[in-house]
Amino acid sequence: MSKLGVTPSQTVGPYFAIGLTWDDGPDVVPQGTDGAFWIRGRVIDGNGDPVPDAVVETWQADSGGRFAHPDDPRGAVDRGDFRGLGRCGTDKEGRFGIHTVKPGRVPGQNGTLQAPHIDVTVMARGMLARLVTRIYFPEEEAANAEDPVLSSLPATAASETLMAVKSDDGYSFDIHLQGENETVFFSI
Amino acid sequence: MTEQQTESGIVLPSYTRENAEIDPPLDFAGYRSTEFRHPKNPLVLMPQMLTEVTGPVLGESRLGPLDYDLTRQHEEMPLGQRIEVSGRVLDSDGRPVPNTLVECWQANASGRYRHEVDDWPAPLDPNFTGVGRCFTDSDGNYRFVTIKPGAYPWKNHHNAWRPAHIHFSLFGRAFTQRLVTQMYFPDDPLFSEDPIFNSPRDPKVRERMISRHDWGTTEDHWQLGYKWDIVLRGPDAVAFEEPHA
Ligand SMILES: [Fe+2]
Repeated sequence: MSKLGVTPSQTVGPYFAIGLTWDDGPDVVPQGTDGAFWIRGRVIDGNGDPVPDAVVETWQADSGGRFAHPDDPRGAVDRGDFRGLGRCGTDKEGRFGIHTVKPGRVPGQNGTLQAPHIDVTVMARGMLARLVTRIYFPEEEAANAEDPVLSSLPATAASETLMAVKSDDGYSFDIHLQGENETVFFSI
Repeated sequence: MTEQQTESGIVLPSYTRENAEIDPPLDFAGYRSTEFRHPKNPLVLMPQMLTEVTGPVLGESRLGPLDYDLTRQHEEMPLGQRIEVSGRVLDSDGRPVPNTLVECWQANASGRYRHEVDDWPAPLDPNFTGVGRCFTDSDGNYRFVTIKPGAYPWKNHHNAWRPAHIHFSLFGRAFTQRLVTQMYFPDDPLFSEDPIFNSPRDPKVRERMISRHDWGTTEDHWQLGYKWDIVLRGPDAVAFEEPHA
C-alpha cells in the first residue's frame, strides 16, 4: 500500500525554455564521439501544425546495451561521457534534434531480448502530462521482429510511427500528437 | 523497492503505473490548448523493463554554486517578496529520493517571464532570471531561495489569471518517475477559476500541489518560508502481475 499521495503532473507551459533547455541538452554523447549521429524530427499537432513549444527528452542504453545506473542488475558500468539523457526544445517549425549513438540490445521480460530502442518523453504547452513513446531503428529487422513491445502492436503502427527513417546525418523521427499519423504513445 | 524477477533471472524494481486518479487528463476541455495536442487513440500499456526503471544519474558538476538562489544571480536583489521554498522529494512509500536534480522556473514579482513569447506588458526585472536548480541531499531535501512570483493573465478564457506558481521538474531515480508539475501558494483566490490547477479530477489530489507557510524557515526581517514535499511514484504493490502489453 502506498503511504503518500503522488504529486500530480501539470503542464510544462509555454515558458519552460528559460529553465529546461541546456546548452548541451541534445548531447546524449559529446560532440566528436565516434559513430555519433543526429535524430532529427518535428512535433506536429492534430491540425498538422508544428508545435513550437514542446520539449523532447530521450533516455537510452549505451552501445553495449548497459545503463550506468544502480538498478541495472547486471552491474552499473561507468560509461564516462555517455549521459544517456537527451533534451531539446522545439524551434518555431517544431523541430528538435538529439545527438547520440545507437543503443545496444537490452533484456526484456521472460528471457526476451528487446531491439535497440530509445525511450522518449514529450511535453508541451497544452499537455497536462507527458507522453511517452519509443524510437526504433529500421535496419534492425531481425531484432525488431522479436522485440516484445513492437510485436504487441498492430504491424502498421509499429512500423510506421515508432520507426526512425534514415537521413543524411542520422535518422529522422516525427512525433504526431494527434491525427491521421498519430504516434503510438505508451502508458508506463 | 519492490522487485520483479524475470525468467532470465534479472531482478528489477517496479513502480506504480500511470494513474488517471492522479494525473490530469490529456484531453481537458477547460484548457483549450489541449484540443489538438492530445492523442485520440488510447495509450498502449507497456511493461516496465530496464529502460523504464533506470534514468539519468546527473553529476553535481552541472550546478553553479548559486543556482539554488534566484535572488543572487545578478548585481542587485530582484524586486518582490523574498521567500524560501524547501521540502523533501519522496516516493509514495515515504522513502527519500536522494541526489536527484530539481529544476524550477517562474515569473517575476509582476507576473512576467523572461521569455521572448511572454508579451504581458508587466515590467521585466533586470535582476531576475527566474531559473533555479539544485540536487536533493541524501535525505531527499531540496531548497530554493527566490521571490514570490506574481499572478499573470492568459488567453484561455475571458479574465483568465494563473494563480501564482513555480514550475518544478524532477527526474527521480527512473524514467518512470519523471515529473513536471507546478507548486502553488496557500489560499490563492484564483484557484477556483484556473483550469490547470483544477485538471486533476480529485480535489484532494490538487491540494498536493499547494505549499504551506512554515515558521521554521521564516526568518525575522529577512524572508517568508514555504514548505512543499514532492512525491514521486514508488514501489508497485502488485509487482508480480504482468501487464498485458
Ligand atoms: Fe507559469
